[in-house]
Amino acid sequence: MSDSQVVVHGAAEGAHHEHLPYQRHHFETYAQQSDATNFAMWLFLLTEVMFFGGLFTAYLIYRNWYYPAFVEASHQLDIFWGTANTAVLITSSFTMAMGVWCAEMKKQGALVLCLVLTFILGLAFLGIKTIEYSEKIEKHHVPGFHYSVQSFLNPASDPEVHKKNPEDKPLPYDMARHTEIYFFLYFAMTGMHALHMIIGIVLLGFMIIRARAGAYTTGHVTYVENFGLYWHFVDIIWIYLFPLLYLISRH
Amino acid sequence: MQHDKDFESIEEHEHHHHVVPPRIYITVLLTLLVFTAATVGASYIDLGPLNPVIALAIAATKMILVVLFFMHVKYSTKLTKLTVAAGLFTFLILVGMTLSDYWTRAWGRW
Repeated sequence: MSDSQVVVHGAAEGAHHEHLPYQRHHFETYAQQSDATNFAMWLFLLTEVMFFGGLFTAYLIYRNWYYPAFVEASHQLDIFWGTANTAVLITSSFTMAMGVWCAEMKKQGALVLCLVLTFILGLAFLGIKTIEYSEKIEKHHVPGFHYSVQSFLNPASDPEVHKKNPEDKPLPYDMARHTEIYFFLYFAMTGMHALHMIIGIVLLGFMIIRARAGAYTTGHVTYVENFGLYWHFVDIIWIYLFPLLYLISRH
Repeated sequence: MQHDKDFESIEEHEHHHHVVPPRIYITVLLTLLVFTAATVGASYIDLGPLNPVIALAIAATKMILVVLFFMHVKYSTKLTKLTVAAGLFTFLILVGMTLSDYWTRAWGRW
């Protein structure tokens, strides 16, 4: 590239004028800057993969050990809300991807719309999660001093769930106790996922304000693009949480 | 003149950056929703040990779609591709080795 020659010859002061305004001076080209940022974002996401990987591993080990407890405890989750939330999150990933496209195409109005839709879908996800959590709280299925194994010692005492899973047998006390581990992992994994959603929604709020001021439609899309990567990553975590927590112990 | 040319080359490079068209995003969205319906449907059929296998296979397919298209890895630099592949590989090694250890020992089955 011809401008690298200018830099090599030490005429850096003069070279700055040719740079796009959002190009940092320590990068030779904007493409180099954007590749470096993209690489950094992926490295961050890999640390997140390892972090959630520990939780997934714990889940798989305990599921293997205390299989009957995990099967009956997972029957407490409502497949309808789980499916609805999956659809909401996938759609929010789509609106986010469209947001990146709008930023690249410099369509400011459409970008703001996409970000607002993503924001709303994110809130809808958390709203559904709240409905699910409050049901667990009511039934004393939150691990701790007030945890109740009643639904597992005597499935008939929980008619709503028992009707859907009539084949569920009463668990011996030792095994019923282990349902608490299932719920511990359920809250740890979905809670950590929800925390990521909350952080994402806060960032989205900030981005909506900035996008309205035209910040991302100048050709400098790095922020929107990398936030998109984060949002899609959170979506992928849910893509695994949904079958593992809700689905694989059905039928 | 030199300045103008430099600016053009930068601009050109910027346009070299692949912009994924909306039609691909829409196709991916619909595919993801179909796979979601499929995984829910499959969970109601008793397939024995195949149930978790199918559920995880569908999840992996959905993940690959999101990574390749929504996250643009299909259109990214070799460095990004390698980073993602290395991350997945390391993840599988760590989880796989840990699980093979736990699952092949009697301890823990109290």
